[in-house]
Amino acid sequence: MVAPLLVLAVGNESRGDDALGPLLSRRLADWVAGTEMAVEVELIEEFQLQVENTLDLEDRKLALFIDAGNEPQSPFAFYQAVKQQMEGHTSHAVAPEALLGVYAMVHDEEPPPMFVLCVAGSAFELGEPLSPQARLNLEQAFDFACNLLQQPGLNSWQGLALSHAEDVEPAIVAALL
Amino acid sequence: MSDLETAEHPEQLRRVAIDTVSRVEGHGKVTILLDDDNKVHQVRLHIVEFRGFEKFIQGRPYWEVPVMVQRLCGICPVSHHLAAAKAMDMVIGAEHLTPAAEKNRRLMHYGQILQSHALHFFYLCSPDLLFGFDSDVARRNIVGVAAQYPEIAKKGVLLRKFGQEVIRMTAGKRIHGTGAIPGGVNKSLSREERDALLADVYHMLSWSLEAVHLVRKLFEQNLETYNAFGRFRAHQVSLVRADGAMDLYHGGLRARSMDGDILFDHFDYRHYWEVIFEDVKSWSYMKFPFLRSLGPEKGWYQVGPLTRVTNCDFIPTPLADKERQEFLAFDEGRTTGATLGFHWARMIEMLHAVESIKDLLHDDDIMGDDLLVSGERAGRGVGVIEAPRGTLIHHYRVDKDELVIRANLIVATTHNNQPMNEAIRQVAIQYLNGNEITEGLLNHIEVAIRAFDPCLSCATHALGKMPLEVELLDAEGALVSRLAKTADGALSA
Repeated sequence: MVAPLLVLAVGNESRGDDALGPLLSRRLADWVAGTEMAVEVELIEEFQLQVENTLDLEDRKLALFIDAGNEPQSPFAFYQAVKQQMEGHTSHAVAPEALLGVYAMVHDEEPPPMFVLCVAGSAFELGEPLSPQARLNLEQAFDFACNLLQQPGLNSWQGLALSHAEDVEPAIVAALL
Repeated sequence: MSDLETAEHPEQLRRVAIDTVSRVEGHGKVTILLDDDNKVHQVRLHIVEFRGFEKFIQGRPYWEVPVMVQRLCGICPVSHHLAAAKAMDMVIGAEHLTPAAEKNRRLMHYGQILQSHALHFFYLCSPDLLFGFDSDVARRNIVGVAAQYPEIAKKGVLLRKFGQEVIRMTAGKRIHGTGAIPGGVNKSLSREERDALLADVYHMLSWSLEAVHLVRKLFEQNLETYNAFGRFRAHQVSLVRADGAMDLYHGGLRARSMDGDILFDHFDYRHYWEVIFEDVKSWSYMKFPFLRSLGPEKGWYQVGPLTRVTNCDFIPTPLADKERQEFLAFDEGRTTGATLGFHWARMIEMLHAVESIKDLLHDDDIMGDDLLVSGERAGRGVGVIEAPRGTLIHHYRVDKDELVIRANLIVATTHNNQPMNEAIRQVAIQYLNGNEITEGLLNHIEVAIRAFDPCLSCATHALGKMPLEVELLDAEGALVSRLAKTADGALSA
């Protein structure tokens, strides 16, 4: 049986703060293990999102995408990903919003709701460790993610997203509202 | 080499810069110098090299390297994994792997070739090819493709997924796989895994064949444009098997001149530096490899799918070989020298990869349990493999404490540095010269670069990057205007 909640974390742990995604995912995996949530949540790590990750979204009720970001002012941003067509695809990798667009193209149905937890980083050089600020951000993001996993539901997550709206780009807030 | 590498009086020219070439990984930038009549005087592709990779590897124990090098690249980690494992085979004296070990490594490699080529064709280049290079930007995307060709997007996803499943089953995990280790592999395919892959492989075969035919059809419909687009002549380098067959996993180096003559053949890649050297140029972070015998000015060469398909004597799987023969004969062979011929060759290779996967799944050695060998230790290891984008060289020195003290990596995109520059210079002459610069014309430059499917410094990503910026500067370098290409492909000031 497919777990209703998917946590999809991306990043390269050898590139400084890009490790935030995988590190947070592993913290969550340890935290979930042995609890009743274990059967409700599946955690997947990837270097980058790819088009075939749409297949990981099949039969999910809810998805959480975790990544490092270089723009948020706060320790982390949390918002609902708004499906975008994969126009102007600029990379071998795929943005979470575009992944939802690919899902709709491939499956001929709406994708499950996906939320983005973007943890702030500042240094992404190869071979660098996590920066001191990123370590602090990781702790706050972990506490927040635990809270999310304890109340998995579209309405509750949308409420939390709105409460973090000041951390998100205006265009995304507009789409949320 | 084109005259457009360095302009005589760059200070008198207008500069157009395309920052971050879209649908290409990492940080690529094209600069074009124009005079007042929009005549092109200089065109350069600048790429940020894999900076720090060698340093990142130094000081690590040799046995750790095949796993850690996967973090160099999020797109083809398996290629780095296998090239490093081959180099470390040499370090531990494992000259001949067991059949089970070599076949499982090959299976993993073909999975990587399949998924990489599928992504490139179905998602990255299909919008340009199906709608035209300067078609409406609002339509020139995968959504437009899916609307008109609904099966393309779906097959692209499923082909990639199949390739990833091959990798997961042979490497042990979705990412950070540990399948290949010095001297062999640490697991072989189980019967259940083999049967699961066999259940899907014939669909993949059918779709791969369709993809080859689709590219052929596109060439037939746009013959003159495709054959002339960004056309240039280059020497060629690839691995070939002892009998001259295409071999993407192992072989000797074959170099062929731009006139078709063999320059060297079956050269032992463990001494690659005797035939290949790396030049540097002041305006690029990336090195420019060249054939030593011809020197830096005349010795640059091309690698990758188009080179491999034309440089080998035959492909050792029947469907792909038949398609190769038709490709070579098409339009009296002119397409084999076309930059866009990369797309056709890439699909022939994808077909070969799926055929090879099928054959390996029917070979009981793939489930064997004799997985490791070793021999006399050496202080140097060189591993060469044909990665999806071309020849990949890993070279290490290991000290008596089993630590890597020196590493040199030459990746496919580095080999293709000069060919990509040549291609965009030809495109600039063909399409930009004397014309007002438009998004559609700039896309022609990107189409030429995308044909090589370059993979730049791609393992780092972060939310919020701007895909494309174009700056217009006057002769003094002052900003005249600036355009940004947003995620939806629209241009904004």
